Amino acid sequence: MRKYLIKRSLQIIPTLFFVLFITFFLMKLIPGDPAMVILGPEARAEDVLKFKQQLGLDKPVLIQFLMYLKRVLTGDFGKSLIYKQDVLSLIIERFPTTLTLSVLALFIATVVGIPAGILSAIKHNTFWDLLITVLALIGISIPIFWFGMVLIIVFALKLGWLPSVGLGNLENGLWDVIKHLILPSFALGILSMGTITRFTRSSMLEVLRQDYIRTAYAKGLRKRLIIYRHALRNALVPIVTVIGLQLGNLLAGAVLTETVFALPGLGKLMVDAIMRRDFMLVQGEVLFVAIIYIFVNLAVDIFYALINPKIRLSYERG
Amino acid sequence: MKSFLRRFVKSKSAVAGFLIISINIIFALFAPYIATHQFDDMDFMYILAKPGEGGHIFGTDDFGRDIFTRLVYGSRISLLVGVISVGIGAFIGSILGIIAGYFEGFLGALIMRFNDALLSFPYVLLAIAMMAVLGPGLFNAMIAIGIVMIPSFARVIRSAVLNIKEETFVTAAKVLGASNMRVIFSHILPNIVPSLIIYSSLNFSGAVISEATLSFLGLGIQPPTPSWGSMLSEAKDFLQVAPHMAIFPGLAILITCVGFNLLGDGLRDILDPRLRK
Repeated sequence: MRKYLIKRSLQIIPTLFFVLFITFFLMKLIPGDPAMVILGPEARAEDVLKFKQQLGLDKPVLIQFLMYLKRVLTGDFGKSLIYKQDVLSLIIERFPTTLTLSVLALFIATVVGIPAGILSAIKHNTFWDLLITVLALIGISIPIFWFGMVLIIVFALKLGWLPSVGLGNLENGLWDVIKHLILPSFALGILSMGTITRFTRSSMLEVLRQDYIRTAYAKGLRKRLIIYRHALRNALVPIVTVIGLQLGNLLAGAVLTETVFALPGLGKLMVDAIMRRDFMLVQGEVLFVAIIYIFVNLAVDIFYALINPKIRLSYERG
Repeated sequence: MKSFLRRFVKSKSAVAGFLIISINIIFALFAPYIATHQFDDMDFMYILAKPGEGGHIFGTDDFGRDIFTRLVYGSRISLLVGVISVGIGAFIGSILGIIAGYFEGFLGALIMRFNDALLSFPYVLLAIAMMAVLGPGLFNAMIAIGIVMIPSFARVIRSAVLNIKEETFVTAAKVLGASNMRVIFSHILPNIVPSLIIYSSLNFSGAVISEATLSFLGLGIQPPTPSWGSMLSEAKDFLQVAPHMAIFPGLAILITCVGFNLLGDGLRDILDPRLRK
């Protein structure tokens, strides 16, 4: 297992290197003089020159890349031009909102998606199977920002049950925060819910066709016992990976959900940065999310290896 | 081909998807004949009109423009973005996937590491970041969406190539002295077409949603050109007084994406022999 852990951890080094290369290259796509574009048309010539020297934009591209690597590896993601603040500290300030939203969305998606997938598989080729399959298909086809708008129209504007915008205030009690997060989490989680349902269904169907399940039936075991103790346990192994991988997508999806629900997270920060052409902030945020994504993938892979005896044993045997 | 058509007709999912997409294509091709108004005509007597009012089937927006007409014209943008973006992703992704899968070695490893890095960026986020840098517009949106699709195509095609190159007919061709180019074009390429078709179809819905997302954020299609995403972007300020402005464009995106996903699922069942068993 240790061998696997070391090998898998080392694999992220080249990936991280290329991620840094891509985020660096992103700024090279800016048409025209990047310093002029970043600082805006009103910037004074001496400010442009100073900015170029600071970022090394007057040096060869390779040197610029090495300088960028050095800056990022020492935690310097640059300075936001609109907030006049360190990019990394801005990101860290907003990250808890996005993380809470994403984790809640993942929780809702899992709690609904797994039972729906199981039900669909055990009621294979029935009305329930068809209904769940159609709903899951809608879940993976729906634009989450539109679904958010529909939820606002129905539950906030028409029924008035839940607030439509903002984060709520902890001083008004935990419920105030939770009720502000219900609609955005549900909107954000719908895509993952569809994915998890579809995956659980197909994974369960595959397991239910296995010989050992047939043997369990032949032995006269109760159906409930077979489904939950024998089938689900084995079907869950690949599902765990899919659930884990959703977190990265949810962090990105939060960009849209936060825009619709006016939540002060990373997404809102990103959209504001784009609208006001704060490229350093855009670059910093993209890099931050990509790094989180890589580490989430690493954690998921390690967890998968831990719960999947096939991988564990193959490495233990060397 | 006959057997494919027979299986296609039998697949409810493929037929349903095909029908939805066909309607979409008809709307896009014959937009001027199907639309009831000009897409930029402003009816000042009926601003934010409800569906059915003043001869506007789906109502009007805040400029008094007919929503049904704009939806019909918007289908052109969605299909265009889908075709071009998926085309870019499939074409470049296939080349990279074939090189990485067929030749492997250092070049293959380098391509796949770069690919993994691109896959480390959440799909939408990378497209948003690229558009933020490139600037808004239809052309840039298609390029950005196409580029972010490349790595997933490359991965799928690489794994298809890895499987096919171990087949006996490929080994036989090599033994008979066929060059690498001949093996790739005559033996590998025709056999990865099913994977390419399935994956392209499934990615179409991703492209349609990505375009809508970019336009919703103000980074894609610019007004007054009608696109479903920009219509939703305009609608978000009128949810209280004119919810229909948001409902219909969203439904159009949803139905189109369901269509492509149904077709993709159906094609996968038909063309992937492993699943067919």
